[in-house]
Amino acid sequence: MFLINCPYCGERDQSEFSCGGEAHIVRPKQPTELSDDQWAEYLFMRKNIKGVQFERWNHAHGCRKWFNMVRDTSNDKIHAVYKMGEKPPVE
Amino acid sequence: MKNKYSIFSLIKNAFSQHENWKQAWGDPEPKREYEAIIIGGGGHGLATAYYLAKKHNMRNIAVLEKGWIGGGNTGRNTTIIRSNYLWDASAGLYDHALKIWENLSQELNYNIMFSQRGVMNLAHNLQDVRDLKRRTHANRLNGIDAVWLSTNQVKEFCPIINTSPDIRYPVLGGTLQRRAGTARHDAVAWGYARGADEMGVDIIQNCEVKGIKRNGDQVEGVETSKGFIKTKKIGVVAAGHSSVIANMAGLKLPLESKPLQALVSEPVKPIIDTVVMSNAVHAYVSQSDKGELVIGAGTDAYVSYTQRGSHDVVEGTLKAILELYPIFSRMKMLRQWGGIVDICPDASPIISKTNIKGLYFNCGWGTGGFKATPGSGDLFAHTIANDEPHKLNAAFNLNRFVSGDLVDEHGAAAVAH
Repeated sequence: MFLINCPYCGERDQSEFSCGGEAHIVRPKQPTELSDDQWAEYLFMRKNIKGVQFERWNHAHGCRKWFNMVRDTSNDKIHAVYKMGEKPPVE
Repeated sequence: MKNKYSIFSLIKNAFSQHENWKQAWGDPEPKREYEAIIIGGGGHGLATAYYLAKKHNMRNIAVLEKGWIGGGNTGRNTTIIRSNYLWDASAGLYDHALKIWENLSQELNYNIMFSQRGVMNLAHNLQDVRDLKRRTHANRLNGIDAVWLSTNQVKEFCPIINTSPDIRYPVLGGTLQRRAGTARHDAVAWGYARGADEMGVDIIQNCEVKGIKRNGDQVEGVETSKGFIKTKKIGVVAAGHSSVIANMAGLKLPLESKPLQALVSEPVKPIIDTVVMSNAVHAYVSQSDKGELVIGAGTDAYVSYTQRGSHDVVEGTLKAILELYPIFSRMKMLRQWGGIVDICPDASPIISKTNIKGLYFNCGWGTGGFKATPGSGDLFAHTIANDEPHKLNAAFNLNRFVSGDLVDEHGAAAVAH
């Protein structure tokens, strides 16, 4: 449980948000040309990092906008929040 | 068995004020090399080592545990055991475990306090009723006991449930598996540890794995906080930390690790003599032998390794508990804790070889691994010893995420496991 600084609404309780999982997994441009292994990688395989992770969040009970977040999963500390389309901050 | 526990050993030791009981398992330093190494000293890992030694005669093996045995999810779960899963593959896997549970205290000569008090799953809407009825039929076709109970029969079986039609999610019926129940979770880890130790397995606690050494596509050993240990076979049973170990070997798994919470109340006199689970409102409750209500909450909806979990999740569960059991309204909760569970996209486990030779994974048990402990250990030992899965765990391979042949228990299981 923690507070999240929504880039549109400001600081709110985490329970207002839903997490969309690992960020920056790009949808394949030519899905028809993908092998089964590549599909599995895109659909299912996750880094599931213990430490600093990039992820997508949605302010579901607020502005309902999506954004990205850099969070340390070993202590839930949030390092940065940035809008969709923006470049991820370099640590 | 060297130190067989019995009524006679109990009487004999009573004369010496119980001060001369022998240590149940040793505390060895790691050898330089083992035939196989199991990473993770929880129930599943210790069971794996036990069956490797017992059924496959692999005695020169070690279990590496970064903390103390049974200190992870084995000691954090709500101890529920059942096998009423929908799909054939799951039914086979979980009922295999349930059959071992039924004789496990005798086999281990260790009282794991297995209690077949039944598990009841409630239905709160018409879709629940259809799903649960379908599941009882599927269970019976697979030889698993299951019955459908009407609302009145639910009330008769567990009188403290509020079956009034006026509540937000009224009880429209339920299913009952009478062979299901609970066991003392710590005793399971201790019993397996004692059994494995007696057959020569080294159980090494406070030994964290820091790296996995590979030579091409063959494993060569593990780097640990107690130095490098050579081995040709590594079985990883690291639950929430499976992905961390996989990353060390340059492997990615289809897992997400999330905190799952449970809580217990102050102890009271016997009030509920079964396990009641409700999927729709996410509440399940049983009563421990000490008298505490044991309540399982849900997972947080984000990846975290913090072993605590959010307050709103507990709040949601307790709201549901209070509506179903108004009698608990003035009870105090004593303790609350979290464990990190590794969840697969299809909510089924992985007991599998990998494309790295000598590296095996037993993971993805998500929110419901305890019930499978003996079966999981048995089948994983078979997989490691023969370098081939047993027919009961063949469907639970890692390759199913490539082939698409998933074992989709997500909506189908009785509750969020």
